[in-house]
Amino acid sequence: MRRLLIHVALIIGAIATIIPLAWMISASMMPQGEATSFPPRLVPSHITFEHYRSLFTSLNLGRAFLNSLFVAVVATLFSLLINSMSGYAFAKLHFRGRDRIFTMLVAALGIPAQVAMLPLFLLLKSMGLVNTYVGVLVPYIATIYGVFLVRQYMLSIPDDLLAAARIDGASEWRIYWSIVLPVARPVLATLAIFTFMSAWNDFMWPLIILSDADKYTMPVAVANLSGEHFPDLELMMASAVLTIIPVLALFFVLQKQYIAGMMAGSVKG
Amino acid sequence: MKPEARAALLLLTPAMTLITLFFILPVAGGFLLSLTDFDLYSIGDVGNTRIVGMKNYAGLMQNPLFWRALTNTLYFSLVGGPLTIAVALGAALLLNTKLARFKAFFRTIYFAPVVTTIVGVAIVWKYVYHPRVGLLNRLLDAIGIAGPDWLGDPRWAMPALILLAIWRGFGYAMVIFLAGLQNVPEELYEAARIDGAGPWKQFWHVTVPQLGPTFVFVGIITAIGFLQVFAEPYVMTPDGGPLNATLTIVMLMYREGFRWWNMGYAAAVAFVLFALVLLATIGNALVRRTR
Repeated sequence: MRRLLIHVALIIGAIATIIPLAWMISASMMPQGEATSFPPRLVPSHITFEHYRSLFTSLNLGRAFLNSLFVAVVATLFSLLINSMSGYAFAKLHFRGRDRIFTMLVAALGIPAQVAMLPLFLLLKSMGLVNTYVGVLVPYIATIYGVFLVRQYMLSIPDDLLAAARIDGASEWRIYWSIVLPVARPVLATLAIFTFMSAWNDFMWPLIILSDADKYTMPVAVANLSGEHFPDLELMMASAVLTIIPVLALFFVLQKQYIAGMMAGSVKG
Repeated sequence: MKPEARAALLLLTPAMTLITLFFILPVAGGFLLSLTDFDLYSIGDVGNTRIVGMKNYAGLMQNPLFWRALTNTLYFSLVGGPLTIAVALGAALLLNTKLARFKAFFRTIYFAPVVTTIVGVAIVWKYVYHPRVGLLNRLLDAIGIAGPDWLGDPRWAMPALILLAIWRGFGYAMVIFLAGLQNVPEELYEAARIDGAGPWKQFWHVTVPQLGPTFVFVGIITAIGFLQVFAEPYVMTPDGGPLNATLTIVMLMYREGFRWWNMGYAAAVAFVLFALVLLATIGNALVRRTR
């Protein structure tokens, strides 16, 4: 009996969680006007991709999709390199002030990004980087959280491994590149997913820094679109699908690394 | 300098330079900015900027919109945060029972909303809340209840945003709770059972105290996330919603700073957000210590 109740609760929870997303996908493939008809339809009478077609053709959302992809991929590559270098130094190399600097970084971990946004905008403006891809990328490539995540993982790399390489005469860069990075693959995978997702999902910063519609990322472009096309429910659902599904698919494929990384950031911290 | 220290310096330089230049300095600069009257004229020529001390903060205290935004943000966080944590804990407890099957499947489903793009789900939920054709009101219709115009009614707009935030946020806290629950030693439950404690007593006297540090972490992360709310109201209830019922602190900062270019004033709003986040962090940690 208790077993049955638990499963009923779990299933009701799962249905409630999934319904908005299921409706989004289903309605995005309905003919125009069907999702708002009476009596309500939950499944398309016939499947159509006309809304996706018009998003990519007349509404130019393909451009925003590529912008988002570009920004997220470049952010991920730089974040992997730059954060792993610092993470490794904080975890395994000995230098003066290491622990003090790291403690200060961790203390700054909780500062909300919005607090930096106004001066950051003015700084980038003085550098001529407003309304550029570089300007969008700036907050994503080196992050305190990224350094922290890598450092926590690399603490567990045995010192003997590095000492042995030093005795063999390997240079410090070579140790980082050929010994440390391969061992740290799991945390790099986690960092990659985190960076990709936060760059893809971010709304406020691209909204602030970009002014040309040609450079808009998906969230900004879709938010704009919803202002003009709100009555076209099926069309807007298709645009939501295009925004959400890439990261959702990435999560389903790599969820083990994602959740493991989340735990590493919380429990060990 | 030893080779190891030299290597450390080289490896640290890129990240530390970027973090200092594009985060630490702007945060410090933001405080200085909040002490000036930096506005549209200053963007043309910085020479037009004057130091005004605490005038921006004093101006905020006089501004009814600021109090509106502060109240809304606290309402959203103090109601939405605890509810999210409660739903997350409930889901985690269900998934943690030995009786539950297909745990990985349910965990994945519950977690999925966490990774969704806020703007995307905000659009979907705007239709969920549509007064006539929305899923929610059609569902309520089916059981004979006439649902309100959720996002258009000043009383219901904020609860509607809170429901969306719970939906999108509980999976994250749930996974952290699951990790915490797995660290609770089974012997404690056995000892409690021997003492005759039922499930409810076991929950209050074993699970809750054992999850103490997890509660603090989840509480801090959830509070920080809720206090920063921006994209949902921006997309779903533009311009602050009905009677400014969904104007939040970050929306006010965005509006003042990037629409009207009152950047000194907006920087003061940003530091109020900073203070709120700090208070939430300290508050959560203190609650833990007094237990």
